[in-house]
Order: sequence, then structure tokens, then C-alpha cells
Amino acid sequence: MALSTHRTTTALLRHLTPAISYLRHISTDSTSTITVETSVPFTGHKIEPPSRSVDTTAQELMSFFRDMALMRRMEIAADSLYKAKLIRGFCHLYDGQEAVAVGMEAAITRKDCIITAYRDHCIFLGRGGTLLESFSELMGRKDGCSKGKGGSMHFYKKEGGFYGGHGIVGAQIPLGCGLAFAQKYKNDENVTFTLYGDGAANQGQLFEALNMAALWDLPAILVCENNHYGMGTAEWRAAKSPAYYKRGDYVPGLKVDGMDALAVKQACRFAKEHALKNGPIILEMDTYRYHGHSMSDPGSTYRTRDEISGVRQERDPIERVRKLLLAYDIANEKELKDIEKEARKQVDEAIAKAKESPLPEPSELFTNVYVKGYGVESFGADRKEIRAALP
Amino acid sequence: MAAMLHTIGVASPVASGGVFPDHQSNKFAVSSLHSLPMIRSEARSNLSSLHESYRAGKLIAKAVATKGENAAASGASKPGHELLLFEALREGLEEEMERDPRVCVIGEDVGHYGGSYKVTKGLAPKFGDLRVLDTPIAENSFTGMGIGAAMTGLRPVIEGMNMGFLLLAFNQISDNCGMLHYTSGGQFTIPAVIRGPGGVGRQLGAEHSQRLESYFQSIPGIQLVACSTPYNAKGLMKAAIRSENPVVLFEHVLLYNLKERIPDEEYVLNLEEAEMVRPGEHVTILTYSRMRYHVMQAVKTLVNKGYDPEVIDIRSLKPFDLYTIGNSVKKTHRVLIVEECMRTGGIGASLTAAINENFHDYLDAQIICLSSQDVPTPYAGTLEEWTVVQPPQIVAAVEQLCHSNGRISCN
Repeated sequence: MALSTHRTTTALLRHLTPAISYLRHISTDSTSTITVETSVPFTGHKIEPPSRSVDTTAQELMSFFRDMALMRRMEIAADSLYKAKLIRGFCHLYDGQEAVAVGMEAAITRKDCIITAYRDHCIFLGRGGTLLESFSELMGRKDGCSKGKGGSMHFYKKEGGFYGGHGIVGAQIPLGCGLAFAQKYKNDENVTFTLYGDGAANQGQLFEALNMAALWDLPAILVCENNHYGMGTAEWRAAKSPAYYKRGDYVPGLKVDGMDALAVKQACRFAKEHALKNGPIILEMDTYRYHGHSMSDPGSTYRTRDEISGVRQERDPIERVRKLLLAYDIANEKELKDIEKEARKQVDEAIAKAKESPLPEPSELFTNVYVKGYGVESFGADRKEIRAALP
Repeated sequence: MAAMLHTIGVASPVASGGVFPDHQSNKFAVSSLHSLPMIRSEARSNLSSLHESYRAGKLIAKAVATKGENAAASGASKPGHELLLFEALREGLEEEMERDPRVCVIGEDVGHYGGSYKVTKGLAPKFGDLRVLDTPIAENSFTGMGIGAAMTGLRPVIEGMNMGFLLLAFNQISDNCGMLHYTSGGQFTIPAVIRGPGGVGRQLGAEHSQRLESYFQSIPGIQLVACSTPYNAKGLMKAAIRSENPVVLFEHVLLYNLKERIPDEEYVLNLEEAEMVRPGEHVTILTYSRMRYHVMQAVKTLVNKGYDPEVIDIRSLKPFDLYTIGNSVKKTHRVLIVEECMRTGGIGASLTAAINENFHDYLDAQIICLSSQDVPTPYAGTLEEWTVVQPPQIVAAVEQLCHSNGRISCN
């Protein structure tokens, strides 16, 4: 009896399966709210931390997965390109920290500014940069975002509100406060996220800039991407107080699990509201990088492989979103694998295209040193006359 | 001077309040940007009239005196108005701030205090605390902040209370100010002006008497200019603010009280141009900033002795105006450089190299470069005097140059 019922049920189900997958596609695109609890609560310094419950949608979670898979793929591909000597110089990879980039993007608009240091490839992608621009720039080709003249540490995207891309540790912090100053000057209700690392957190200019930002209530959010190692020096060996979110003293701070994209999104949204009303706030993203500091650093001389694989197993940002997607039945294993394959394909295509992109012309050596001046040009000793042409 | 200017309609100022008003928040409409009244350099055609005016003995201003004795001689009928150099700087700054709401001032004690050399006096009450920003003592960061603001389109004028303090901001000036336009592939322009007084003052001590032009000159992407008279101070200030490139404007502590009559009409000077101070035939003397006045003092003695030196205030320290300088060298065949930088790695050293490379064939004698001694500026008055170039040394150098072939070859 039971058997025949089962067979009937199975037959029924077989007819229904297309319908179910159709339903699932609906829920994949649906914007109905899903509430997720972050794995770790927020810790506040001189501020009431936001709630652990984050509202998200299936669409958003899928976009997190897609974007992070693309970023992870890009960084791993950059690793291979570097070893193949197509990328030279310094190459600082972001894999492991993707949640910070996507979570931040989810909370803000392109009118808000982001400025960061040299670990900038994924944030560039998040701000609207393309894979082609990214790989071309890494390989020093003409189609790069900085025309091949910047390199890995100098990715910029003006239209996307991405202000770089800076090589000197900590120098981007005053720049970021300057961006916030301009936003306050123009009264345009936008904020600036200034990212720096746990190594840069010991720079004097951070505290100078923080003082000014707090003094003038600038809409600046200082985000410490604490991956616990300043190149080869662990945070406890470099900082007397590794509680970076507390080091603002008079400036409120929030400690966030930086491997959880939803927690990052919640914190950034909270910080944006705060900054627009009350001035600067510090966010400490507790994150981790799988690669070494840069491609010249194996990354295993100052930490154990067990530690790295431990974090990868327990806290990997992409795995976390994958589990969420599976748990809420937004997608199945195969679909997610397809997305990762698609990411790989996109990256491979972009690399192939970037390899075809030509190197910059020799004349490009001298372009963009100065902006062509105000109608008056001086050409040196063989200049025939000084001309002032009104533009 | 007035004869050389085209009459220019003054650009209508953009209304401005303390904080940039809401309704204009995304429209930095500066319609008058394109009607910039730029002085056309008519140096060549007006050389003769200049020559005549100098023959008549009308030197503009002298040394470090607080009273310009020639101002009265110019006569009350002359057009224009008289003011001191720091007032000229302020006038230029104020006009630009009225014209373009994106121009703002950032520095220590520029607002409520009015500026330690009074260059920004009265601007904070007029434009508000946000546009004339008093910063804490954090050169590295507020210079960085100014540059960050410039990346978004603001046009900050960053003041170093003394140029020497900007050494703390060297990273920001070199990497971010100078190089960002290049490393971003042209995406960002940094239309910032960095200005402040430098140079050897009156017993200010070693750290407050530094000449930073020599340290900054290698930085790619920035322009360096040095002002020396109220006329060129105002013109260069305005040009620097309007330039899309980062400009470092070097003022001198001892020149702030120079008085001169400047035109009422609006004018802007060319940042890359040198100024012909005194045309001549025998020797080219290249100088800038305060040394201009030591040179002019020496010129009085030289003229009495029968020499006819040509004095050029190079004004543009980076890039050099090799056109004007080259034409002068072709005429006189002898070059004397008088500068306040130190001998090693100074502006004079670079200029010597540039002239040797470009005009070697026109030189009849080795270039003489008179610079300050390679020592920290001492406090004691007499010692300080000996670190910088004094007029008798300039006279001796010219005599040496003109007699270098073993015969008096300057007549």
C-alpha cells in the first residue's frame, strides 16, 4: 500500500519538480526580507551597537555570493599571473577579506567615497571597476584603470567614488578626511569610508586626522581592516592596545566580524547614519587574509598553516554565504557551483583580453604629469613665444 | 606697468556665504573661469619702454625697507592703489575666493587670528570658518586633507605657517599632491596651492630659516613659483589658484612689508614666466625672491662703475623659463646666478646645469652661482649675514665675470 502511494507521490513530484524550480527562481529574485543573525554580536566603544539581526533579501545574498566569488577568483588569478611574471613589483591580495568590500557596498551608494591603501583590487571591483581594467592595470597595459601608469597599488575609479589605491601606509587617512571635508563643504549628505590596516593604525597621521574629523564633525568613517598582521608583525607585537576600535578615545567605535558580509553591511549602514549626524566613527573589521602580505611574502613564516586553514574552514566569507543560501533554499549546490564556474570563466576571459591589450605608448611617459595649463604653455628653450590663449 | 595691461572687465563674483549654500551644492558654476584676464606677455615689444623707465631711475622697490621711498616719487596721478606685499597676497586670495566658491584656505591660525603674517586677515569673518579653516598643529594631516579635498574638486590654499614646517608634510606633497594625477592616469587633478613664508629672516634660527624650494624641486607634477613684489605676489597667487596643477608659492618672511603701487584692474600673471627687472647688455643676473633686492642694490654700485647688468627675476622655479633666460644669455654671454638656497642641490645648481646644457655655445665664461653657505642658519646676527649672499659679493662676482678673459670685455 505504502509503496504504491510512494510511487504515486514520486510520479506526482516528478510533474511538480519544474514547478518547484520555477518557484525557487521566484524566491531567488524575490526581495522579500530575510532576517539573519550575525554570528558574533557587535561590540561598541562609547556607542550603543546596532542589533545583531540584519535584514537582507535573497537577491542581495545571491549578489554577495556572486561578487565575492568573482573577487576571490580574481585574486587567485592574480597570484598565478604574478608567478608567471606578468604582474611585477608589489601585488597585495585581498582574498579572505572580500566580505568587507561587498558588505560595505551593500550599505552605501556610489556617491559615498571609499579610499583605501594598497590592497585595493576587490574594492575597485566593488566600486564599479571591471575585470579588464583591473588585469590590464596589473599587467601594465594601456587599458588599465590608470592607463598602466599606476600599477597594483594605484587603482582609481573617479565615477565610482573610489579614490584609490595608495602605497604609503597611512597616507590615505588624511586624504580620506579631506574627502569628508569636501562633502561637508558641499553639504551633499554623503560619507567617506577611509580604510586602513592594523599596521597603519599606529601611524600618527591617523590620530591627527581623527582629531580634525572629530573637531569639525566631518562625515568620515574610519575603517580598520584588522587582519591581525602588519606584514610580518602580529598585532600584539606592534600595538600596546590592539583594540583598534577603542583607540579613537573620544570617537565612538564598533568592532565587527569582518568575515560576515551581513555584519559588515549592518555596521556600515549604522556608521553612515551616525557620521551624517554626529561626525566620525571608527569601525574595526575583524578579518583575515589567506595570502601573505604581498606576493613576495609566503605568509607562513609568522603564522602557522594550521591557523590559515583553520580560519578558512570556520570563517570563510564565501562559505558563510553559501551556507545561508542553501539553508534558506535560495539556491542549490549545483547553481552555486555554476556561479563559481561562471566567475572563473569571466576572469579567464578578462585575462585573455588584458593580455592582448597593448603596453602604453612611449609618449605616455610624459602625459598626465601636469594638467594642460590654463591656456599658457611653456615648452623650454626653443619656445618661440609665450602665448596666453584663453580657453 | 599700467601701460602694459589690457583693460579687463572684472569678473563678477560668485555669491558666497559662510558655508557653501545648499541649492548650489553640486553646481560649482564658475562662469567667469573662461573669461580669465590673462596678461599677454609683451616683454619683447615693451623692452624699450621698460629700458627707458629704468634709465630714468625708477626702480620699483628696494630691499627690506618698510617704507617704499619711490612710492611718493611715482606721483599721485598714477592709476592703481598702493599696498604692502602681504596685502597684495590677501587681495589676490580674496578676489579668488569671491570669484569661485570652491576656493578655501586651510592652515594654522589663518582664521580667527588672521594669519601669522596677516595674509588672511579679515577673510574668516567674511567667508566663514569652513572656508577659512583653522587647523590644529598637524601639517602632515591637514596638507593631506587639503589634497583629498582637491581630489573632489575643491581648490584649497594650504598655508604652512613657515615653509620649514611643511617638511612634516613632505610625503603628502610629494606622493599625493605631485603624483596623483599621473598614477591615476589623469582621473584626478589636484588644483591645490601650497604657500607660506620661507627663507632667512632676522635671526629666526636654523629651523625657521629654511629654503624648501631646493627640497621640492625634484617632485614631479608640482609647479614652484616665488613672488618678490606686491605686483607679482598678487598675480602669482591668482594664477596659482586658477591653475589645475598643484602649485607651491614661496613667499619670503622679510618681503611682506614691501610697498608698491599695483593696478586696480584684475590681472593674473603667467606661472611659467620670468620677469625682466632691468634690461642690460653686459651680464645676465638671474635671481628670485629676496635676493632680487640684494642684486638691485649691487646694481646701483655696478652702474656707477660702468657696468650694464641685465637682471631677471626667474619667478618660476619649476619649470624654469628657459626662453627668457636663453634670450638673455644669447645677448650677454655671461651668467651670474644669485640665490638664497644652499649651494648643494639648490635651485641655482639646477639652473646652472640647465643653462649649461641648453646654452653652452653662447657662454663666454663659466656660470657663477652665488648661494647661501651649506650651513644651518646661525642665530648670531653677523654670522647670519655671512650665510646669505650680500651685495658686495655680487659686485665682485660681476667684476670677475666681466674680466674673466683677462681683459675688460664688457664694454
